[in-house]
Amino acid sequence: MTALNPFNINSIRSDFPILATAVRGKPLTYLDSAATAQKPQVVLDAVQLYYAEQNANIHRGVHYLSERATDAYEATRLQLADFIGTSDPDAIIFTRGATEGINLIAHGFVETVLQEGDEILITHMEHHANIVPWQIACEKTGAALRVAPVNDDGTLDLEAFEDLICERTKLVSIVHTSNALGTINPIKAITAMAHEHGVPVLVDGAQSVPHEPVNVADLDCDFFVFSGHKLFGPTGIGVLWGRREWLERFPPYQSGGDMIERVDFDGTRYKGLPGKFEAGTPHIAGVIGLSAAITYLRDLDRAGAHQHEQALLVAATDQLAAIEGLRIIGTAEHKASVISFIINDIHPHDIGTFLDADGVAIRAGHHCTQPLLKRFGVPATARASFAFYNSFEDVDRLVQAVAKLKKFFV
Amino acid sequence: MDNDALDELYQSIILDHNKHPRNYGKLVNFTHFAEGYNPLCGDKIDVYIRVAHECIESIQFDAACCAICKASASMMTEALVGKPLMQAEQITAHIEGMLSSERNVGADVERDGELVALAGVRKFPARIKCATLPWHTYTAAIRNEGTAGTE
Repeated sequence: MTALNPFNINSIRSDFPILATAVRGKPLTYLDSAATAQKPQVVLDAVQLYYAEQNANIHRGVHYLSERATDAYEATRLQLADFIGTSDPDAIIFTRGATEGINLIAHGFVETVLQEGDEILITHMEHHANIVPWQIACEKTGAALRVAPVNDDGTLDLEAFEDLICERTKLVSIVHTSNALGTINPIKAITAMAHEHGVPVLVDGAQSVPHEPVNVADLDCDFFVFSGHKLFGPTGIGVLWGRREWLERFPPYQSGGDMIERVDFDGTRYKGLPGKFEAGTPHIAGVIGLSAAITYLRDLDRAGAHQHEQALLVAATDQLAAIEGLRIIGTAEHKASVISFIINDIHPHDIGTFLDADGVAIRAGHHCTQPLLKRFGVPATARASFAFYNSFEDVDRLVQAVAKLKKFFV
Repeated sequence: MDNDALDELYQSIILDHNKHPRNYGKLVNFTHFAEGYNPLCGDKIDVYIRVAHECIESIQFDAACCAICKASASMMTEALVGKPLMQAEQITAHIEGMLSSERNVGADVERDGELVALAGVRKFPARIKCATLPWHTYTAAIRNEGTAGTE
């Protein structure tokens, strides 16, 4: 489908009301989209409209509003299946986010797969959400966690990764795009390697879906998770897709209402997919909002948006790298528009506070990747992340603020 | 909130203590020790104390941390060294009160000296924990608790 309008940064920015606000008396320069993305007005309107005129519980009601809400909810499932390229919409599960998706899969592996001596393979650049559930899974089952190393430029050491796949490996779980480094991993090559050994692959797509179209059939992965709030949608909603044979094998993750066919003290029967994994009343408004976000992206010139993001990345990288004493962490050739950096003798926390006083919002800390930062020998980094609604003025304000900060501290 | 507030936070006193921290480095023959850690931003601090005759004979710190934390730690060691334990505890409680945005303890340059420079942190709630971490760590050390956190 061709985009309705070629990418135009000014009209894009007017779609996002928060970008016109001021913070600390300065215009907001929002460079923390990797933490959470801003929302277009259509998403805000959809959520508001749902609550104002369409709110009802889904699946079990017999009245008009509940029918309508159910239709909207299930239509979003179909829309998402199309968005990520699966022909099995019932294998699309709504979750609270990528973290919950990974926990659900880990639970399934603990219950139905992992035995003592088995191995789970992840990488050194994973977010805590793709580390801790596996640490717990290994503790529970006696399986072992293996970690593929990361090169100095922030790319995955693919050779070492492949060497770590063995007959005991039961799952590869890997981030698509690193939130701390921006590195984009070669998922197709990785799934090919893993499948050669009969090992399934879980892909954490939290930071990839906002920046590029994703097709799970093309990637050939076995599970894919992402979060709505990073994809210009509401918080508290996410998506897990998994190959049917896996999801059917896993037991329920949470139980209660709506995931059952029949409850009886003599025996309770669970629903099939997707209901089995959607206990209780879901975040219906979140699904509605996410649907509006997906529609917004569908109508966006995504290729133009991506080009714009990469141009921002290049401009910001070049200008920041020219600042004496500044070091960029994560210099892979294929990167998303994320820049983690440190400055000699100036702690990222101080960088963050300083920039904040100028209305520049970045993130400072370990970015939920403590093992990765330890590997790079830094306690924390400052991170600026760009979405397609950022402008070159945003880049200028970032660079100016960093230059000013340097003068102040040195 | 603007650059005035920022100037208040990062006054020259703080910048000076950050660049030239006093009593910096591991202490030999320490009698008390604790590690402090702020998981939010990665501030790490070790506080070493040598207590003799119910007094703080020596106090030093080692840290990988932000400017606020380092300056606070540096000023803390200057404020506490040579003090009887009871007085050190009072100073600590007073400073923690001053740094907390809830308790409205005022800063007084005569009483608090250079520590008044830290009072500006109240306008930056996200940084209060950086300023209080060294003091919490001191308390953990003197009570033999081993570690201090910011929660």
